[in-house]
Amino acid sequence: MSGATSRTRQAAPISAPILGRPAADDEATIAAEAARQVRRRRLLVGLSRAAVLAFVLVGWQLFTQWKIVDPFFFGQPTGIVSRMRDWVVDGTAYGTLWSQIWVTMKEALLGFFFGVSAGIVLGVLLGQVRFIADVLGPFIKIINAVPRIVLGSIFVVWLGFGTTSKVLLAAVLVFFVVFFNAFQGVREVDPVLVANVRILGASRWQVVRHVVLPSALTWIIASLHVAFGFAIIGAIVGEFLGAQEGLGLVIATAQNNFDPDGVFAAMLIIAVVALTAESLISLLEHRLLAWRPPSHSEVGGA
Amino acid sequence: MSARASGTATAPPEPAGRRPEAGARIELSGVTKRFMTPAGTAFTALQDVSFEVEPGQFCAVVGPTGCGKSTTLTMVSGLDRPSAGTVRTGGRPVDGIAPGTGFMFQSEALLPWKTVLGNVALGPLLRGAGRRDAEDRARDWLRRVGLSGFEDHHPHQLSGGMRKRASLAAALINEPSILLMDEPFGALDVQTKAIMSNELLGLWEQTRPSVLFITHDLEEAIALADRVVVMTVGPGTVKAVYDIDLPRPRGAVQEIRFEPRFLEIHQEIWESLRDEVSRAYARTGSASTGTESDR
Ligand SMILES: Nc1ncnc2c1ncn2[C@@H]1O[C@H](COP(=O)(O)OP(=O)(O)O)[C@@H](O)[C@H]1O
Ligand SMILES: [Mg+2]
Repeated sequence: MSGATSRTRQAAPISAPILGRPAADDEATIAAEAARQVRRRRLLVGLSRAAVLAFVLVGWQLFTQWKIVDPFFFGQPTGIVSRMRDWVVDGTAYGTLWSQIWVTMKEALLGFFFGVSAGIVLGVLLGQVRFIADVLGPFIKIINAVPRIVLGSIFVVWLGFGTTSKVLLAAVLVFFVVFFNAFQGVREVDPVLVANVRILGASRWQVVRHVVLPSALTWIIASLHVAFGFAIIGAIVGEFLGAQEGLGLVIATAQNNFDPDGVFAAMLIIAVVALTAESLISLLEHRLLAWRPPSHSEVGGA
Repeated sequence: MSARASGTATAPPEPAGRRPEAGARIELSGVTKRFMTPAGTAFTALQDVSFEVEPGQFCAVVGPTGCGKSTTLTMVSGLDRPSAGTVRTGGRPVDGIAPGTGFMFQSEALLPWKTVLGNVALGPLLRGAGRRDAEDRARDWLRRVGLSGFEDHHPHQLSGGMRKRASLAAALINEPSILLMDEPFGALDVQTKAIMSNELLGLWEQTRPSVLFITHDLEEAIALADRVVVMTVGPGTVKAVYDIDLPRPRGAVQEIRFEPRFLEIHQEIWESLRDEVSRAYARTGSASTGTESDR
């Protein structure tokens, strides 16, 4: 009997769409309808994005072609593509494109690594030891208020045109972002969790390892997204201020040659690299913070 | 193996089969606790608190919110020190966290990034057991609290009652001689609370630690405890101590509360507690004006 009813009930919606609205009186039908709506919306968003992109690129191309704006200053999408092809095929003035990307990435990654390490260690230390935090607090505030990007000039003077000055600049920029997040993360640790593991027999280091670090990790990882952006900025600006190779130098050269296509092409490359790194960090975030309730991770899903 | 101290005539008679030596005696004498307020003045939370918990005894502390019950537990656990007076456990003054102490907190204390198994195994691990051994023991305790099959779940995937079971297993796995519980079932619904209370009694009978159990629910206190301490509103002091002569094993806590003797005891203690509750209520009602006039 129940089989018969369910069959007739399932049969109804199949013919229903012809009449317009499906009669969603069945669990499966409701689910299918919801899934279809989600798919339709996704498609709509995707198409709209493509339209926006096409509109900007075509508009840019036409405006420069019709000389409404001067391609000498604003570049041109086709010019950017051909400049990129030149670099891939013939290389830049300082070697192949890949070696330029690699040099910049190496500086950014090293700076990221040192900056993140120092930021976590000092952030956790100062977050744990109230006394040190009280003593060093004002100094850190002062250093943070200084526009640190200017330090790049000093680093180039100190350390020359090689890799080290760029790594240092990137590390300094990264350090402060991670440091403040780690510090805050440690301060936000639930004291009940700490009390609980202390009762269970945790030593000071075990409290840090089992409670403080995992708890602060949410904050630290959130800072890594911004921090990697700063690492790339540090490396590029460092190269800009004085270098023998790297994407920053490529940009500086293009600027000196009044070549906006070259600047835009280099920017595009950096954006692709940064987005790749960003998605790797998101992957890491998912892996390390898998314990969190799903509502958290779904926010960044789109 | 601490011998029973003399002069504890108030202690209820013990049926055969108990192992009171499993628990350690808890003594508070003249315990006062003052906190520094942000304004720099001292706030007295506890004033001259003295009472004892006999070895293996289940002692409940009742009193209105804010009277210093949690503060009392913190002193006994060694997490904090009294401003004056002494706390002794097993005959020794409390000086930092003692290995034989278990604690179940008022709020959620499971580590959200560890699985249920990882949380329960943490106790033995931190006390130096090997991972294998710790996890075996954790599995055994999860079975005892009825959480077999949930080893790999994270706390947020469990219901409130299941999280409490896991917390209970985590607190008991190190086989403490003193178990401190701060309104452990306060956030649970009535049915779950009754079930958890029965299970707690069952587990307590097995290992017989001395229990200091805080609650604001007088019925719960009487149903579970051998001794009930009533505290006054701030500064917290001991108003009265009652020994509960209901026989053990008590059976289901839902049923015992209809027995005539239970109702008698309840009536007697409630007389004492009611004044404190209404005084605490009056205070929160006029909290703003009260603090103004204190200055
Ligand atoms: N760390 C602290 N600093 C300042 N005041 C505190 C602190 N802990 C508790 N108190 C105060 O001491 C009083 C007793 O608190 P508590 O022991 O938590 O009460 P209860 O557990 O009985 O509700 C409260 O008025 C509370 O505000
Ligand atoms: Mg409390």
